Amino acid sequence: MSAVILDPREAKYARRKIVNKVAVGLSLAAMAFGLFWLAWILLETILMGVGGLAVATFTQMTPPPNEVGGLANAIYGSFLMVMLATFLGAPIGIMSSIYLAEYNPHGWLASITRFVNDILLSAPAIVLGLFVYAVVVARLKKFSGWAGVLALALIVIPVVIRTTENMLQLVPAGLREAAYALGAPKWKVILSITLKAARAGVVTGILLAVARIAGETAPLLFTALSNQFWTSNLGEPMASLPVTIFNFAMSPYENWQHLAWAGVFLITVAVLGLNILARVLTRQKH
Amino acid sequence: MTNPPPARSPRTGPLFDRLFGWVAKGAALLTLFLLIAILGSLVVGAWPAIAKYGLGFFTSTTWDPVKEEFGGLVMIYGTLATSFIALLIAVPVSFGIALFLTELSPAWLKRPLGTAIELLAAVPSIVYGMWGLLVFGPILATYVQQPLQALFKGVPYLGAFFSGAPVGIGILSAGIILAIMIIPFIASVMRDVFEVTPPLLKESAYGLGATTWEVVSKVVLPYTKAGVVGGIMLGLGRALGETMAITFVIGNMNQLNSLSLFEAANSITSALANEFAEAGEGLHQASLIYLGLVLFFITFVVLSLSKILLSQLRKSEGAKS
Repeated sequence: MSAVILDPREAKYARRKIVNKVAVGLSLAAMAFGLFWLAWILLETILMGVGGLAVATFTQMTPPPNEVGGLANAIYGSFLMVMLATFLGAPIGIMSSIYLAEYNPHGWLASITRFVNDILLSAPAIVLGLFVYAVVVARLKKFSGWAGVLALALIVIPVVIRTTENMLQLVPAGLREAAYALGAPKWKVILSITLKAARAGVVTGILLAVARIAGETAPLLFTALSNQFWTSNLGEPMASLPVTIFNFAMSPYENWQHLAWAGVFLITVAVLGLNILARVLTRQKH
Repeated sequence: MTNPPPARSPRTGPLFDRLFGWVAKGAALLTLFLLIAILGSLVVGAWPAIAKYGLGFFTSTTWDPVKEEFGGLVMIYGTLATSFIALLIAVPVSFGIALFLTELSPAWLKRPLGTAIELLAAVPSIVYGMWGLLVFGPILATYVQQPLQALFKGVPYLGAFFSGAPVGIGILSAGIILAIMIIPFIASVMRDVFEVTPPLLKESAYGLGATTWEVVSKVVLPYTKAGVVGGIMLGLGRALGETMAITFVIGNMNQLNSLSLFEAANSITSALANEFAEAGEGLHQASLIYLGLVLFFITFVVLSLSKILLSQLRKSEGAKS
């Protein structure tokens, strides 16, 4: 003990070691803290969700309070709107990223577009809903499935641009040059060489975009609204899984809350599944 | 000249080529145009409220749809307060996680843990919100709020922070749930940023006998500070614009008569989520759009800063390696 006090260098070394131990301990605690919450949330979702699942969940319409029912119309509505939004947004995103990666990667337009795209990527989704409301719903004086599709497509575009551009940049320049040397026009080089080589990456981007919009609630609240019934008419308000969950979970009725848990479980499984699939796809590439 | 020139691929070749280029350029311009269109439509939609209240909107706490009297202070306060609490919790935790993943974790654990954190960033916010309302809120009320209330009962000033009905909704719950939600975002950006540090720098510090903590605090952090702040800003941007995780638990009450962390409050996003679809056209709707415009502006500034800081790191990385 006295030796430590006598030798200042020893004391300093001991102190450094203690500080380091404390820091490492706190870091471990942080990791445990983060994982603890996340494990708790997932566990609760699985437990409550599986408890709420039944065959009726997939076959029956959303019920009035305290009656038996399911989520069939909401699942169908979500599926329809997510699919259409992807078909609408993905081509725009892919063309945009082709411009960014292939046409003029260092020009002013590309730099600004990249910057704006990153802002859109993290912009509040509810503001996108406001935008679609102002442009579409307020004009037509009607909530509609199409408005919901449009709002979701606005989220698809930046996600696809981001991943596709990164993937196109990974394609070796030699491939393109070889194709040009054979006399292929630019559009052909892009479509049948570059895009083809980056195929897995492009699909990954689209999958990630689908995963992102499948769980989005905010942009649908005042565009597609919700609907108690099965409808394929995109001109009408349309039910979606997230909005139905929102309405049901906030209600005091027990059967609605059970359905909300079942819905949350379905969404979580779908979103995580898509993310894992996207990861597997890109890993195969490397 | 006996042979005719080889049959040229039809004139559509170059034309189609140009067309394809135009379409690509058009798509890029469309993205750019989107941002301007969003800003423009929000300003137009909010104009009646902007013209009527101007900057007074930011200092008024009245929100009365019946009397058509609107001020945004309550919601703006709610948004800023919840995001502040979220950052207070999320930043140190994310830093610890990033430190663990880059410096401490055994190699075989790095990848699965990193993937787990990234996957959790993908979980939709409605899951967090519902869990917060139905599971976390009641627990917070019983095990945290009630003991705190008992402890600070009658204590002036401090007691005010913990007053309110013990139902587990309010600014604090919303802040905590936001924190849980943004931890994966900030942690994965910080990890990526830490990994940018050249191994040579770290190894030389270790070689001189530095401890792990000294390497992180004196080599890694100084090297990556712009990126770390950028990552925090990115998390802040998410927190400010988050809707569902907050709407479930904040309570949606337009009041600011106490400082209590447990009193039901409101945020910009939850006001929009709850009121907009039912708001009549006119001043009520315009005021809500005004709030949306304020939110968009704040997140725009925060995200731009984050982007600039993160790209600075990338630039210096290019210069030094």
